[in-house]
Amino acid sequence: MRFSVLTAGAAALLAVATTAASAQTTLTIGTVNNSDMIRMQGLTPEFEKQHPDIKVNWVTLEENILRQRVTTDIATGGGQFDIMTIGTYEVPIWAKQGWLKPLDGLGDNYDMDDLIPAIRSALSSDGKLYAAPFYAESVLTLYRKDLFEKAGLTMPDKPTWDFIAEAAEKVTDKDAGVYGICLRGKPGWGENMAFLGNMAREFGANYFDADWKPQFESEGWKKAVSLYVDLMTKYGPPGAASNGFNENLQLFGQGKCGMWMDASVAASFVTDPKQSQVPDKVGFAAAPCGTENCPNDGFNWLWAWSLAIPDSSKKADAAQTFISWATSKEYLDLVASKEGWANVPPGTRTSLYKNSKYTEAAPFADATLNAIQHANPEPTADKPYYGLQFAAIPEFQGLGTAVGQQMAAALSGSTSVDQALKQSQAIATREMTRGGYIKN
Amino acid sequence: MARKVTTGRKIGTTIFAWFVGLVIFFPILWTFLTSFKTELQAISIPPVFVGFDWTLENYRTIQTQSNYFHFMANSIYLSLGSTALGLIFAIPAAWAMAFSPTRRTKDVLLWMLSTKMLPAVGVLIPIYLLFVRFGLLDSRLGLIVVLFLINLPILVWMLYTYFKEIPGEILEAARMDGASLSKEITQVLAPMAVPGIASTVLLNVILSWNEAFWTLNLTTSNAAPLTAFIASFSSPQGNFYAKLSAASMLAIAPILIVGWFSQKQLVRGLTFGAVK
Amino acid sequence: MATLHTKNAARAMMAPAVIVLLIWMIVPLAMTLYFSTLNYTLYNPFSTPFVGFENYSYFLTDPTFLAALANTLILVIGVLAITVIGGVLIALLLDQEFYGVNIVRLMVIAPFFVMPTVAALVWKNMMMNPVYGVIGQMLSAIGLTPIDWMTEVPLLSIVIIVAWQWLPFATLILLTALQSLSSDQKEAAEMDGAGALSIFWYITLPHMSRAITVVILIQTIFLLSIYAEILVTTQGGPGAQSTNITYLVAQQATSYGDIGAASAGGIVAVILANIVAIFLVRLIGKNLDA
Repeated sequence: MRFSVLTAGAAALLAVATTAASAQTTLTIGTVNNSDMIRMQGLTPEFEKQHPDIKVNWVTLEENILRQRVTTDIATGGGQFDIMTIGTYEVPIWAKQGWLKPLDGLGDNYDMDDLIPAIRSALSSDGKLYAAPFYAESVLTLYRKDLFEKAGLTMPDKPTWDFIAEAAEKVTDKDAGVYGICLRGKPGWGENMAFLGNMAREFGANYFDADWKPQFESEGWKKAVSLYVDLMTKYGPPGAASNGFNENLQLFGQGKCGMWMDASVAASFVTDPKQSQVPDKVGFAAAPCGTENCPNDGFNWLWAWSLAIPDSSKKADAAQTFISWATSKEYLDLVASKEGWANVPPGTRTSLYKNSKYTEAAPFADATLNAIQHANPEPTADKPYYGLQFAAIPEFQGLGTAVGQQMAAALSGSTSVDQALKQSQAIATREMTRGGYIKN
Repeated sequence: MARKVTTGRKIGTTIFAWFVGLVIFFPILWTFLTSFKTELQAISIPPVFVGFDWTLENYRTIQTQSNYFHFMANSIYLSLGSTALGLIFAIPAAWAMAFSPTRRTKDVLLWMLSTKMLPAVGVLIPIYLLFVRFGLLDSRLGLIVVLFLINLPILVWMLYTYFKEIPGEILEAARMDGASLSKEITQVLAPMAVPGIASTVLLNVILSWNEAFWTLNLTTSNAAPLTAFIASFSSPQGNFYAKLSAASMLAIAPILIVGWFSQKQLVRGLTFGAVK
Repeated sequence: MATLHTKNAARAMMAPAVIVLLIWMIVPLAMTLYFSTLNYTLYNPFSTPFVGFENYSYFLTDPTFLAALANTLILVIGVLAITVIGGVLIALLLDQEFYGVNIVRLMVIAPFFVMPTVAALVWKNMMMNPVYGVIGQMLSAIGLTPIDWMTEVPLLSIVIIVAWQWLPFATLILLTALQSLSSDQKEAAEMDGAGALSIFWYITLPHMSRAITVVILIQTIFLLSIYAEILVTTQGGPGAQSTNITYLVAQQATSYGDIGAASAGGIVAVILANIVAIFLVRLIGKNLDA
């Protein structure tokens, strides 16, 4: 009798254990090791508390490695990830390939209309949302108010590159370890080319013309790259050719940079006393223009790190539940309650910019929203591709990185600007011909 | 041999040798020290050597960010598993090559080594597709097999050079006494071969532990070893030198300690037949 | 002496190892050969028309191909030179009597246990960074301008990092060889009035030649396929100044998603590796009765 009770008990326990195990879904999420994602990782237990049937497994990798891993996986149908962190470059291409599941089950409370229109349209294809924005960015000019004051300078709302050049010279104090200007130099389509592609646009040039002919030898590119190399050589920090976004963030946070033009998301880090030594000395302005009347609307850049579900995932429902949580208003509230309003992931929701608690805590809010709203990545008559600082075609990844290498070579002085642009033009023409864009 | 060395000369050599040793060891030592600093001390100018407030904060941060022990367990599984599998295949092959050599033995050995020259990147996609097909992605089994295969040539060669040093006459004598093949192996060969096998195991464990191409590309989380662990700390998030140092120490410490404790065995096996 | 019976037994014992390695070699190689004749990109995996040798001509006419080939050779030869010469010198040093020889030996072999990614990260950030790196700070302390290693001398930087990793390996093998040299020979030479240098040149070095051959062989195998160190530090740049063949092939696959070109590149790399292998076999044939 006792024996059978025990057996029955054990059987019941076993049954409970197996049902519990089978009911629980484990999601594998691939993401980049940027600070906002690390924070999301830290907050996962809150999600798991709300959804005890879902367990989250993080794979956090450096941006280049992650991109390589997820691309290989999704293209071969490997099915290793249930959620991938991708950007506005990948979404249109991958959606067209049929690699992503449309996000149609984010729930009634998600309020999709609250997403900033520019971002929402960047992540949609044929009216369906294929990725949900986690944070979004445009480009800003960050500068040190104290150093500008000391040098007797006033930053205009819409600076020109002429002004920036003058300011960089005045602010530089190499003996004190202050470099007038810090910019990206690390080669890569998402690193230095994001900046340089945008800078070329500020001088009126694109990557390709209407016939897909590369434009690297055009006037705009020549002006932009010459100025970039000149400024960085004279007033930039040493080792600039290996500095990406994160390295510059580190330099700026230590008070080593007078100015820095980069992703608007940087603003919340450099004003955070925990991560920056100059939190209250930072001013914000729009990205500079190449000429007085600003071609291409001036500030141009649009990027959103977003969460998407590969078509091969068998756990799409649980994955949508997670995405809905991580990109919701409630998530913003959660971060605000734990880390303060200034640290919430920016740029995705209109309601955030109407929230006075946020706009008071984040002095960069207006500048960021303004920059994002002025970015229009849609194709135009003289620009056949989607994208501003990138061109959303599969070939761009490799091509942009190879060109980025040439730019880094020019920056490091191992080749001249003209030579680098000529080489870039040759590389790009070769790739575009192989890709079938240029017919000969 | 006891040649007389004057004390003065010995002290001179001592200073010089320690200097050389410290220069070579410095990157590791520096990483070790930095891992106990705060992020600000890690980049302070001029650098601080020991006069800082030792903290375990970085190790704590890293452990909350990713579960170190999961990765370490995988590293242990993978390196031991692939080594065990490797021995099963390599011992008979090396034994046969050493004791029944033919004219082709040398060619076979060199061919085996030449398979290691194929660039892994060139065959990544084929292997990835095969792994997808057989459901081996992110499985320990799949990786154990790959690591076993890439290290097998080295295993065979090391064991071969080791076995060759065992005098053939002993085996002849055993055969004369009518010992069976299995007895020949277990009672005569094994005791003489154990040190060689031990050092082979060591080298193979080290090579598998540090393999960073396949382990990174064929795993996501379940089977991911320490090479994947370090990949998530490889680019800065603001100030990151101290955290990078702590993660680096965590990744290399187990194998470094094992290597140090067993360096005598390792050294003996590393000769690859270079010493007669 | 080997009877038919033992010969068959020997074959049977070698067979498993040989067969698995054959499969490991042939299956991916055959797939790679096949892919190398297709227009196959990750972005269009379902339409892969046959294109003949187009991928090969594309890969071989890559403007960076020749530079990558030269870089590969410089990398291999540079690292070999540093590790062999440095290894001989350090082995001679460790063979001396001094206080704490065991501890110094532990310090010298330590880099061998460090995984390549960690080695590259530590060198790139903590040693060679021009602002925060220890080398830069030391140079500034004595009034010199810090070198920006990764952009000014990218290939040399990688050579240094890789040589640091392999120096212990060379040192250990060479030290073992050195210690097997009978002291009688040296003492006899000393009696004859030979100087330290000529003892080294005529007795010690020839004795170590076999060990040096082994070091070259094993290291070349690993050095030809250096990848992680480049990926973590310079990513092949600036320009193509630190791109080797392996990295160039990897770029095709990971950055362009061009499997056809990457496969062609892989085959080219295999052919090049085989040329090196033939050269090595000659070298070994003389020096090593494997």
